[in-house]
Amino acid sequence: MKLPFRSNIFIALGLLTAMLAPFGISSKFQLDVLTLIFFTAYLGQSWNILGGYAGQFSFGGVMFFGTGAYTSSILLSSFGLPPIIGIFAAIFMGALLGLVVGYLSFRSGLRGSYFALITLAFAELLRVLANSVEFTGGGVGLFLTYAPGLYNLQFTSPTGFYYFSLILLVISLAIAIWLERSRFGAQLVAIRENEDAAEALGVDTLKCKIYAIMIMGGMGGAAGTFYAQKYLYIDPPISYSIALSVEMLLVTIVGGMGTVFGPLIGSFVLHTVNEIARHFISTPGLSLIVYGFILIVIISYLPNGLVGLFRKTRKNKENDDA
Amino acid sequence: MLSITLSLLPAGIINGLMFGAIYALVALGLTLIYGVLHIINFAHGAMLMLALYSAYFLFKVLNIDPYVSILIVTPASYVFGYTIYRWGIGKLSGGRDQNILLITLGLSIILENSALFFFTGDQQTISLPYSYESFDLGFLYLSYPKLISFVASLIICVLLWMLMTLTDLGKAIRAVAKEREGARLVGIDVEHVFAVTFGIGVACLGAAGCMLLPIFYVDPYTGNIFVIIAFTIVVLGGMGSIVGALLGGFIIGVTESVGGLLLGESLGQIGISLIFILILIFKPTGIFGSKV
Repeated sequence: MKLPFRSNIFIALGLLTAMLAPFGISSKFQLDVLTLIFFTAYLGQSWNILGGYAGQFSFGGVMFFGTGAYTSSILLSSFGLPPIIGIFAAIFMGALLGLVVGYLSFRSGLRGSYFALITLAFAELLRVLANSVEFTGGGVGLFLTYAPGLYNLQFTSPTGFYYFSLILLVISLAIAIWLERSRFGAQLVAIRENEDAAEALGVDTLKCKIYAIMIMGGMGGAAGTFYAQKYLYIDPPISYSIALSVEMLLVTIVGGMGTVFGPLIGSFVLHTVNEIARHFISTPGLSLIVYGFILIVIISYLPNGLVGLFRKTRKNKENDDA
Repeated sequence: MLSITLSLLPAGIINGLMFGAIYALVALGLTLIYGVLHIINFAHGAMLMLALYSAYFLFKVLNIDPYVSILIVTPASYVFGYTIYRWGIGKLSGGRDQNILLITLGLSIILENSALFFFTGDQQTISLPYSYESFDLGFLYLSYPKLISFVASLIICVLLWMLMTLTDLGKAIRAVAKEREGARLVGIDVEHVFAVTFGIGVACLGAAGCMLLPIFYVDPYTGNIFVIIAFTIVVLGGMGSIVGALLGGFIIGVTESVGGLLLGESLGQIGISLIFILILIFKPTGIFGSKV
């Protein structure tokens, strides 16, 4: 699928705005929120590749994030390897974990809820392991030293992390656009729509699904390094938190599964709703109650996600024209 | 060292069986809802938490023994579950599976944070007059609350099994689980059966909450501890199987207890995830399951 000329202009304008944003936004807090939006959108996109395009839901997407975070952090704290190299080790370990989990579960034909649950189990298994062995620092966690510099992927100002997250986001969008245009992406969609038919048509479904989960794993691994260098502390409950697994699928489904901009739109809307609710309601718990209600409303009125909103109006317009 | 551990083994197994029965009850609700509606109820943990708080306040305010509250909380949970499915989840999701998932997720966010708002995040426990009395088995003292919870859980499992196999309602539920369009054609009100099933699933949580309260604690996030365990049990026993859930509950309870004894508190939990993964890879249908 070729993106129409108008979309290309929109993408270019959006990118330009995002690149110039730090010059217009003086509030560190707002820049931090934007960083968080991009970061979640990036993680959502990693989930989207396997869940949205290939139709394989996972509840344990956080396992790649956590493994990446531990990989680069241990390499840094124990061997002094700078994270700018460590991030590639994190990507590698994430992809490797994807290979293992993907091979084990897809080879035995796990689909639907069963696949979703096995990813949850792997994430839990890794959390327990990280909590129990020596080299991860166990339950105490790992503290990283603050030493800003590009080679450490640490920055003195939020602007640095903003650009870091923007780069991750752009890469994830590029991967999704590539999927939309490539044969591999079409094969993933074929698997989502009807796996048996795809197999019958000669698609190597096992291989395609394993590639998809490896891409997801690599992306998750890089996200782990980002998090560790930004917050300088990781422990098993953070690294393998179910809440993050849920957030990845949440932003994607709310935004629109199997679309390039779904995760970004979902992340933007949900974070904004969350921040506004938090701004107006200071009592703990109450803002999240509002958030939960809004979530349910979005889902019941927009079953195809927010992207479906634009699509529907465009289709209606075409119908009117005809 | 090893001999001490081995001498504790029987106690560990018995203890695991006691908790296993309650796990089974939580898993029963999940397996029933999954087996019939083919959805994963993400609000399961939050609903268990709600049941625990109900039992807690019945005890604190009205001084009703949690084991007596079973008779109040269980039917109330049923009504809550039926209502929330019939006029909430079922209507709002438009029947799409991924949307049901997200709506139950939204519901769990609302319930957990409502609990946080109204009851604060503090852990609450209760102490019954007979909390510290125990029954001498010769090699171990079994506390009365654990014993009562064990027996009551078993009774509820048997009752549920009878409901599903011996009554017309059970037959209708099984029919809908197997073939919902066919069931609709022979005149079964499928939406009603869905809501009833959801209600029964939540009722199991109501009973489990009452039995858990005397031997555990409650805070807004308690339920989540049990949900992952319940998932494991459901997969282990076979999605939709009542006998499987009971057996799975015992296996997981004993694994956890003995694992903790042999490998220590932290690494001991690994047994559950390992069993989960091995079962999924080698026998994804579970012990009593029929189809993937």
